[in-house]
Amino acid sequence: MFGRDEKVSGIRLTAAQYIILGIFLVLAYRLWQLQVMRSDYYALAAEKNRIRNVPVLAPRGKILDRYGRTIVDNYPSFTALLLRDSSRDLNADADLIAQGLHLDPNEVRARIRRFATMPQYQPIFLKEDITPDDLQFIESHRNELPELDTIMSHRRLYPRNGFMAHLIGYVGEVSEDMLNQPQFELYNPGDVVGKSGVELQYNDLLMGRNGSRQALVDSHGREVGRLGETEAIPGRPLKLTIDIDLQIAAEEQLQGKNGAIVAMDPHTGEILAMASGPTFDPNDFAVRVSRTDWSKLVNDPDKPMLNKAIQAQLAPGSTFKIIMSMAGWQEGIAQNLHVHCNGSADFYGRNSKCWVFFEHRTHGDVDLTKAIYQSCDVFFYTLADKLGINKIAKHATDLGLGQKTGIDLPQEASGLVPSEEWKLKTFRQKWYAGETIFVGIGQGAVTVTPIQLARAISAIAMGGKLVVPHVTNPVDLPPNYVDAAHYLDVKNVAIDPEGWNVITDAMDRVLLPEGTAPSAHIAGIDIAGKTGSAQVVSLENRAKHKNDADLAQNGWFVGFTPKRNPDIVVCALFQGGEHGRLAARLATQVIKAYVEKQRRTPQKMVEKPKTDGTVDIGGLWNDSEPGGSTDALRAGRVAIDLPKKRMPLATAAPGVN
Amino acid sequence: MSRYVSYRDFDWILLGFVLLICGLGVMEIHSATVHTKFAGAHIKQIYWVVGGVGMMFLMSLVNYQALLDQIHWFYIAGIASLMAVMVFGTRALGAKRWIKIGGSHFQPSEWVKLILILAVAKYFSEMRQRELSWSDFIKGGAMVGVPMLMVLAQPDLGTALTYVPIAVMGVFLGGLQWKQGLSVALVIIVGIGAVFMVPRIHVLKGYQKQRLTSFIDPSLDPKGSGYQVEQSEIAVGSGGLWGGKGSQTHGAFLPVPQTDFIFAAFSEEHGFVGALGVLLLYFIVLMRLTQNAQTAPDRAGTFVVMGVVAVLSFHILVNVGMVVGFMPVTGIPLPLMSYGGSSVLFMFLALGMVMNVRMRRFVN
Repeated sequence: MFGRDEKVSGIRLTAAQYIILGIFLVLAYRLWQLQVMRSDYYALAAEKNRIRNVPVLAPRGKILDRYGRTIVDNYPSFTALLLRDSSRDLNADADLIAQGLHLDPNEVRARIRRFATMPQYQPIFLKEDITPDDLQFIESHRNELPELDTIMSHRRLYPRNGFMAHLIGYVGEVSEDMLNQPQFELYNPGDVVGKSGVELQYNDLLMGRNGSRQALVDSHGREVGRLGETEAIPGRPLKLTIDIDLQIAAEEQLQGKNGAIVAMDPHTGEILAMASGPTFDPNDFAVRVSRTDWSKLVNDPDKPMLNKAIQAQLAPGSTFKIIMSMAGWQEGIAQNLHVHCNGSADFYGRNSKCWVFFEHRTHGDVDLTKAIYQSCDVFFYTLADKLGINKIAKHATDLGLGQKTGIDLPQEASGLVPSEEWKLKTFRQKWYAGETIFVGIGQGAVTVTPIQLARAISAIAMGGKLVVPHVTNPVDLPPNYVDAAHYLDVKNVAIDPEGWNVITDAMDRVLLPEGTAPSAHIAGIDIAGKTGSAQVVSLENRAKHKNDADLAQNGWFVGFTPKRNPDIVVCALFQGGEHGRLAARLATQVIKAYVEKQRRTPQKMVEKPKTDGTVDIGGLWNDSEPGGSTDALRAGRVAIDLPKKRMPLATAAPGVN
Repeated sequence: MSRYVSYRDFDWILLGFVLLICGLGVMEIHSATVHTKFAGAHIKQIYWVVGGVGMMFLMSLVNYQALLDQIHWFYIAGIASLMAVMVFGTRALGAKRWIKIGGSHFQPSEWVKLILILAVAKYFSEMRQRELSWSDFIKGGAMVGVPMLMVLAQPDLGTALTYVPIAVMGVFLGGLQWKQGLSVALVIIVGIGAVFMVPRIHVLKGYQKQRLTSFIDPSLDPKGSGYQVEQSEIAVGSGGLWGGKGSQTHGAFLPVPQTDFIFAAFSEEHGFVGALGVLLLYFIVLMRLTQNAQTAPDRAGTFVVMGVVAVLSFHILVNVGMVVGFMPVTGIPLPLMSYGGSSVLFMFLALGMVMNVRMRRFVN
């Protein structure tokens, strides 16, 4: 028992002091741990908290035509992105984000996974071109989802209705496959890169370099300051050799048709217009193309995704006769060949028919000139038989057939020039002389692309100057841009000037009443050309399957103007167009657009030579050098009256201005 | 008796250290709120401290023995006020903690704390045996337990927990036996301890932990479990040895840097040296208080002072423990430093009782 005034146990008071001391030592130790031992870690964590790296997207370079008119432009839009340098668990928020942005949650998770190996400052691009609805969601969830942000981006604005879509191509997000390839190692996931056409070919020029901005933020993600900014380097504008006015004409002609039109400057190989039909609208893929829409495009029998100007490999039909003529002339056979056409002829035990046979006519006596403008099959059967497949193959190859032209567009097809060697290699079979007969009229195994045909005919029209087609002018590209170096390469194919004269003069008559395509004739414009109707099945079989659209012949036309020293070569392919003259109508309209445009622009005119005889409109021919040097070709023009009605010129590609 | 009471015996040294801590608190409140909507809070805090000091002097004038004699009335009044809260209380942030008297809000749970210190002191100082019997143990426990449960029902776990050290200190100094201590400690450690040490020991699953901490104060953890403690740790750690820019505090990454997380804000801006300095000041204050307890004129005086020591130590342990990531977020402020009138007022009233005891040490 002890009294009220008894002191409290001193030991217990001391014990209380020690307990308090113990508590303070533990707290002090913890402070030491946090502030001294691991202070660097936490300092970094604090920095990460307050510094946010926001990318600044570089706009892609515009695509312009040869006169600087806009073909592909950009327009500003907002992209939703996930910042990965916050401490948030992105996967946990994926459902809410997906719901708010109307995305598939699994896709959002897949994206998060795909970016897992990227450095932290690299954000995840979630959705491009977000709607006001999406933006509203992001703004109202700033607190709950601080990692969700938007940035301004520049989106591609392509011409409408698929204008020039094949040549331009389209862009898309870099795919995983691409990232695994060494040539794309500098690309990051989420980058927008060219997927086809010029966009793909010149992606490295068009694509800028993204910058980044280091922003100081508070805990609500509000920017309270700026640390630094690496500026975005915009992509270079790319000037094409295309002339929008001609492109419009070409597109108009192909409207609703299946085929291709290529217009080229035969002096330089500059492509002035290139259209392919049917087409697709790259604006539809700009955001994200749905799987069904994509497979519809890919599985369409008319192949809208194919750039037929460089990718359609088809039998050239009668247009091949020009190549045959040149081969025959160079071998000394064609100029002396005279054939009597009865509508058909027998070769190697088989009766081969001329096309006139089906019109119950004959060509009668035929020489080279008539054979060209009348497109006599019997003449060329005979010529092919006399030349033999190897000589045909040699000259066709010299003129660039059976090989890629080297045009600066991806995925060009090479076509095929058959030869004995080719058949042995491919089929392990001997070449039969009978097969040569049909190669003579551009049937059989021989296939060409429209661009190859345009180039080969251009070479003949230019007296042997074989150019490399290209859609960009090397002088408009950076000086060290290696890829472009060969665009100006010119090969000279040996052509006897006389043969060249005879062949082009004959081609000049194709659009005249005695030719195969008089309906394509345009008054006042001197067009030389050659029609072609390539069979899908033999004419005999065709007769059995009347009116079967799938078996319709492919119409071809290659033409140029003027006849001498031409300024433009146009090749038109009209698949299922039945007859070359229909293709010719397409091509001549493009030529007409070109000529009319030329006539309204001031030209250097030359005096009409005060000599007797005729003068070729559009060119002066100096044949003082029989070697056939094309340097002797001197451009000149004589004045021609301008038409009263003027075609309005475009200011930009349709849908872009 | 009161004529022997003199302010020469007032603990001026203790007051000096206490005001030093308050000064650091005001400084930090200013720094943490200067660019926020709470700007100017430090001025209010100064008013409260000044008011608190006044209350402390008033408190020191009242003979604590007289208070102890009337403690049963105070205790009944305390229980009544807690019941009043349950019936008439205003609801804020999902809890009923306040009653409105006139125009001002009043939180009875704070002054109940003072009453409990006195009641426990009275109860244990009047015991007639050296060793605590189980019945005394349970009676003492119930004395604290009843108001504690009432506060818990508000719900205000943080404040309720601050009643625990009063009882613990009472039974400890009152002659707690080893087996009693061990068995109770076992129950507490196994029960409550396991629940609240979870941020460090992953016994409970994430969502359970979150549910618990959300129950403690849902308004404090809107961004998900652990976010606040994580930000607090980053703030403390990034302070380094000498202190840093304070981006956690000023970028609003640190939650409520002027109240519950003021120690984190201070540590970030003044580093290990500053934080250790503040701990040292608190330690000096606590040791000075314990010394006053030893020199108290009677058992009751010792119990009163040690009750204050217990509450103050507990506050520091839980608050600093929370800031450094040892404890869950409970919403217990750091006494003397944290912004808030109730907390400041309570501390100065408690210190007034300590002064009261000290000034009468030579009386008898």
